[in-house]
Amino acid sequence: MNVLPTPPAARAAVRQGLSVSVATGLYGVSFGALSVAAGVGLGPTMALSLLMFSGGSQFALIGVVGAAGTPVAAIATATLLGLRNTLYGAVVSPLLQVRGWRRLAAAHVTIDESTAVAVAQPEPAASRIGFWVTGLGVFVLWNTFVLLGALAGDALGDPRAWGLDAAAAAAFLALVWPRLAPRRAQLVAGLAVVATAALIPFVPPGIPVLAAAAVAVVVGLVAPAAAPSDPESGPDSQPSSQSSSQREDAR
Amino acid sequence: MTTTALWATVLIASLACFALKLGGHLVPRTWLASERVTRVTALVTVALLVSLVVVQGFADGNTLTVDARVPALAVAALALALRAPFILVVVLAAGTAAALRALGWG
Repeated sequence: MNVLPTPPAARAAVRQGLSVSVATGLYGVSFGALSVAAGVGLGPTMALSLLMFSGGSQFALIGVVGAAGTPVAAIATATLLGLRNTLYGAVVSPLLQVRGWRRLAAAHVTIDESTAVAVAQPEPAASRIGFWVTGLGVFVLWNTFVLLGALAGDALGDPRAWGLDAAAAAAFLALVWPRLAPRRAQLVAGLAVVATAALIPFVPPGIPVLAAAAVAVVVGLVAPAAAPSDPESGPDSQPSSQSSSQREDAR
Repeated sequence: MTTTALWATVLIASLACFALKLGGHLVPRTWLASERVTRVTALVTVALLVSLVVVQGFADGNTLTVDARVPALAVAALALALRAPFILVVVLAAGTAAALRALGWG
C-alpha cells in the first residue's frame, strides 16, 4: 500500500484531476451569478460555496431560497442531495487511509469529481493522487469562479457556450470507459442508464445517481461470486480493482 | 427570508452536508473488507459514473433533452474507442459542443 505509484499512473492521475478541476471549476461562474440573482448575497454565497462545497446541494439550496421556500425546505433539499457523498466517502476512505485533520479535509473535498477520478485509477497510490489533485483543484477553482460569478454576474458569459457542460459529461464517460469490460459491469451500466433516465423527470437532481447506485448494490448482492477469470474482484483488492493492464490498454 | 434566517440556513445545511461526507469516511474498514462488499463497491462505482454521464449529458433540471452535449458525447466515445488520452477526449467534447452552439444548435 505504501509503494510509490509508477510515474505513468501518477502522471495520468494528475492530468485527469487537473482537467476535471478546470472543467468543473469554471462552472462556479454560473453558481455565483445565479446565487446572487436568487437574492442570497455575496457573503452567504461564498459561505455556501466554501463550507457546503457540493455543487448539487448548493444549486438546490439557492433554488429553494430563490423560490421563497422555507429554511427547513432549503436545508432538507440540500441535505438529501448531499447523501451520495456519504457513499463516496465510504468508497474513497479505504483508498486514502488518512487520519486526523487530513481526514476532515478529505471528507470536505469528497464530491462527485474527486471520487470519480480516485476510483478510476489502476492502483491505490494513483487513486490518492487523483483524489487530492481533483478535490483541492476543484475547491480552489470552484470557489474562485463562484466569487467571480457573484461579482460579475452574466458579464463572463454562459459556460455552456464554451462546451463545459459537455466536457464534464465526457470526463465521466472517460473515467468509466475502462471499467466496462466485464459483462456484469455492462449489465449494471445499462441498468444505471435506464434508472437514471427514468427518474430524472420525477425526482430532485442528485437522487437518480443514488437510485443507480442502489441498482448496482442489488445486482452485486444477487449475482453469484465472480469467476476466477473475472478481473472485477478479489479478496484483498481495493474497491476499484481491475487489472491495470486492461486500464492501460484503454488509455 | 431574513438575513439571519438565510445565514442560519446556509450554516446548518453546510454542517449537515459535511456530516454526511464525514460519516462515509468513518464507516469501519472491516465492513468493507469482505469479497461481496468489494464486488458490490466495484459495481456501484460503474453505476455512479454512468449515472453521472446521463445526468451531465442529458438532463436539464427535471427534463431529458438532446442538445449539443449528445454529439459531444458521441465524439468523446469515438475518441475513447480510438484510445485517445483523457485530456483530448475532454477537449474534443467541449469543442464539439461549443462549435455546435456557436452555429446556433443545442
